[in-house]
Amino acid sequence: MSDSHSAHGSVKSYVMGLILSIILTVIPFSVVMSGAFSTMAMVAVIVVTATLQILVQLIMFMHMNTKSDEGWNFLSFVFTVTILVLVVGGSLWIMHHLHLNMMIG
Amino acid sequence: MTTETLSHHDAHDHHDAGGTKVFGFWVYLMSDLVIFGSLFATYAVLMKGTAGGPTGADIFELPFILVETFLLLFSSFTYGMAVLAMNAGRIGQIQAWLGITFLLGAAFVGMEIYEFQHLIHAGFGPDRSAFLSSFFTLVGTHGLHVTFGLIWILVMLVQLRTKGLNDVTRPRILCLSLFWHFLDIVWICVFSFVYLMGVL
Repeated sequence: MSDSHSAHGSVKSYVMGLILSIILTVIPFSVVMSGAFSTMAMVAVIVVTATLQILVQLIMFMHMNTKSDEGWNFLSFVFTVTILVLVVGGSLWIMHHLHLNMMIG
Repeated sequence: MTTETLSHHDAHDHHDAGGTKVFGFWVYLMSDLVIFGSLFATYAVLMKGTAGGPTGADIFELPFILVETFLLLFSSFTYGMAVLAMNAGRIGQIQAWLGITFLLGAAFVGMEIYEFQHLIHAGFGPDRSAFLSSFFTLVGTHGLHVTFGLIWILVMLVQLRTKGLNDVTRPRILCLSLFWHFLDIVWICVFSFVYLMGVL
């Protein structure tokens, strides 16, 4: 047991993950709270920093990689993200068009 | 089954019982992620349906959310320290880090309950509008997960005391670590897409 999990992070990787997460949290909050940017720019900053922080935590906290369990960990994650894109993207797409066609609000 | 063929896979075979458990738990987390995905989709669709009630910009307080975010982020880090202590076999340190993680998580849940109570008291409960229904469902489901994580931490603290650190408790601590980090990742989506985008 202890052998197989010795690869699971070190103090250094956790501290790195923490520092990066703090930076990637402070940036979107300060941008939105300052209100000094256009809406499009703020949306872009939020999306980019959120994506980066999710990647940081997946890799540095959850130790996701393409090799553990012969890649099944990673493959099931890719499958889930595909489903998420379909569910979230599809819902928004369909409801947006429904909204336009029904002329509600 | 000669020893030659086995020796190559020795490390794998050793962690297989625990490894399979952790992988199974990972698959559960992926299905949980789909639940959160549907709740996010619901929220995104109903977000504009305020029915004359408050919008996100009216009710969200970003400094409050920032504190919640840091509580959860630091608890994710302290859980990581617990896993490192487990790898080193230091049971006292595991208990200390799990205890700190519990306190940070409990503070997060406490703040969320305060926020919900505050909103409901002001008449902005889940029955006010479609926007608030989906908001309470999404954020409440996350809060409920964190609450169950807190109960799980308490159970692990008891099991560490009674069973010690062995092949039964190690995979459980690892599964809980995945669960806890997973909840922090879901929270990143919550504060980004619900709170930050809600006030734009």
